[in-house]
Amino acid sequence: MDKGLSLRDVTVFKDRSPLIRVDHDVAPGDVVTIMGPSGVGKSTLLAFITGTLPGDFTATGTVWLDGHDITYAAAHQRRVGILFQDDLLFPHLSVGANLAFGLRPGGSRSDRQTRIDAALAEVGLDGFAPRDPATLSGGQKARVALMRMLLSEPCALLLDEPFARLDAALRAQVRDMVFDRARSRALPVLMVTHDAEDAQAAGGVIITLGDESPHNRITSVTQG
Amino acid sequence: MSRRRLLPLLPALTMLALLGPVVAGLWGTVLPAFGHLPAAGLTGPSLDPFRDLFGWAGLPRAVMLSVGTGVLATVMSLAIVMLVTAGWSGTRVFGVLERLLSPLLAVPHAAAAFGLAFLIAPSGWLARLASPGLTGWDRPPDLLIVQDSWGLAMTAGLIVKEVPFLLLITLAALGQADAQRSVRVAQALGYGRLTGWLKTVFPRVYAQIRPPVYVVLAYAMSVVDVAVILGPNTPPSLSVQIVKLMAHPDLSYRLEAAAGAVLQLLLVIGALLVWRLGEGAVAALGRRWITAGARGKADPAVAGLALVAGAVSALAVFLGLVVLGVWSVAGFWGFPDALPDRITMANWLRFGPGTLQALGETALIAVVAALVALVLTIGCLEAEYRHKLRVSQRAVWVLYIPLLVPQTAFLPGLQTLMLTLGADVGRVPVMLVHLVFVLPYVFLSLADPFRAWDARMGVIAAALRASPDRILWRVRLPMLLRPVLTAFAVGLAVSVGQYLATLLIGGGRVATLTTEAVALASGGDRRAIGVYGLMQTGAALVPFALALLIPALVWRNRKGLRHG
Repeated sequence: MDKGLSLRDVTVFKDRSPLIRVDHDVAPGDVVTIMGPSGVGKSTLLAFITGTLPGDFTATGTVWLDGHDITYAAAHQRRVGILFQDDLLFPHLSVGANLAFGLRPGGSRSDRQTRIDAALAEVGLDGFAPRDPATLSGGQKARVALMRMLLSEPCALLLDEPFARLDAALRAQVRDMVFDRARSRALPVLMVTHDAEDAQAAGGVIITLGDESPHNRITSVTQG
Repeated sequence: MSRRRLLPLLPALTMLALLGPVVAGLWGTVLPAFGHLPAAGLTGPSLDPFRDLFGWAGLPRAVMLSVGTGVLATVMSLAIVMLVTAGWSGTRVFGVLERLLSPLLAVPHAAAAFGLAFLIAPSGWLARLASPGLTGWDRPPDLLIVQDSWGLAMTAGLIVKEVPFLLLITLAALGQADAQRSVRVAQALGYGRLTGWLKTVFPRVYAQIRPPVYVVLAYAMSVVDVAVILGPNTPPSLSVQIVKLMAHPDLSYRLEAAAGAVLQLLLVIGALLVWRLGEGAVAALGRRWITAGARGKADPAVAGLALVAGAVSALAVFLGLVVLGVWSVAGFWGFPDALPDRITMANWLRFGPGTLQALGETALIAVVAALVALVLTIGCLEAEYRHKLRVSQRAVWVLYIPLLVPQTAFLPGLQTLMLTLGADVGRVPVMLVHLVFVLPYVFLSLADPFRAWDARMGVIAAALRASPDRILWRVRLPMLLRPVLTAFAVGLAVSVGQYLATLLIGGGRVATLTTEAVALASGGDRRAIGVYGLMQTGAALVPFALALLIPALVWRNRKGLRHG
């Protein structure tokens, strides 16, 4: 079975007209970056992969993850993790409860607490478990969001402009942390961004989409 | 999970709960209106019921009262709200007025009407405060202010309750109308604030609030409890007459009542059609006014007048509640003393036990109806979200149908139909009928916050391997705790305020605070009315306070939800 994330002739349509076409493999530990201006359907492509395509879009093609066709799987059974530019920590849960939400069920209470504490320690946030996420700084929130996603043990990670909200100093730091953690877990990573620096830092294949000519709105990517 | 299979059924179930009783009720109205009532040994079709109805000497007056008070109350409350918003929105004064008026939405119509009666009656508080000093009266003057034959007191009672309703609806609509910027542009072009608002924002806002305005018109034309308390008796408005006929022990009077209900329905439909045409006329005049380019010299005067009207409307309800409170603890209170001779708990001791029993019944019915409405509403909204349904504008009108069909047109029919079918009147049918009125308000209250929830939270939660049910229960509903509780409180308040539904479908055997309070109207025991009116208001208001308090307590350590 092929490990990694494969997009087989995936085309996303908006109101029946094709928006973006991608045919590409992402190997475990690799980062593939899709670059392009906003509006070409990058985020929509990720929504198709996570199984949360909005109502006015449709898509064809198949998505394979670790040898399984997940195109029609329920969103919560795909094991595809995603991070957005906003941390999207659940505001009603403490930092620890946010992580516990991500952590796979099972294990004793103390066991789970230990894993949560370890996850916080791994990103330098020891003792943050009881905190209200709204009281954290931007960088701290981003780190909690990353660890929450990783605790759910995804088999692939999608990044949707993940660093756009962070200021320059923090940006490099968080970026390195995300790529390091993903690499150490051998996750295939697919990132969409319009930031060239993020794309360079990813150190993988960069696919540039769309000179937005109004006559040819369809943007196509195929493996070279 | 059975719930997953249940979810697609909920929208259909909701439609049934909304429309079933209305359709059944109209059916049960039309049959006896044409002489068909097997329960009374009568079979139709015949036109006798209409002949009886048109033979009643009071009919022209009753019809005029229904139409006149309904249209006047709607025009006045709409005008007050629009002009106050036009002249003051965005200012500090408007914020104060908004905070004053919002809680008044929950005050039941009957309590507000009693309060108003106790204020403006010849022996009311205002007369007492002004006497004998200003007026020279040492005895209540012999004036027919309350229950005047023109229905002006009744119209006023409707206006003071519809102003808060229309204001809140307007505030919700303003958010989507980009009002501030339009007014700023208009002002830069030399328009006064009020004229600028009317010319640029009003058309957009009105298009949004049109359904609730129709609801106000239909309601005001067919209201019963306010009419019983503040309206004339000889003859009463058409709706009150229908209820009187329904209460007659001789079943054959129901035929005339049914004919009256059909007439009531036609009157409301006719008024709505005329209103619709009126909109066109106003639009044409408005376009001419806009083209003429007048900048609004009279703006300050009009805005000031509107503010006074809005403030008087709010004060009338507030002072009304205060005077209810004073009466509830009044010992001897002779005219023209401004306050009673002494304060006593005797009234509460005397009527308290009765109110507690009624409170229990009220609460039981309200909680069940509001809870069912909440479950159906969340089910519909969640089904819409999971199955990515688009809700058309036409579907939204379904919510308004039970509010647009006059209560007096279908509730008598529903009672008669249940009688014919041998179904028992009582508590459970009352709950079902309350649901008809509770459900639209709960749905309208929750729909916007539910849909405005950041769907990416759901994407993240699903990526964290949470099932759709887990996302709903563990993420979405907790985050929406405040709007969910507010919607629940709205549902409770609507149920608490129901008069006609409880009276007719309860068969006189279901005694809630509202039916008990309105029943006191004819007796005129002000102390009893004070106690019942306050209890009724409390039953509607306390849930709102809790809906604010509970989320603040539960999420006291969660800054991210403090304004959510």
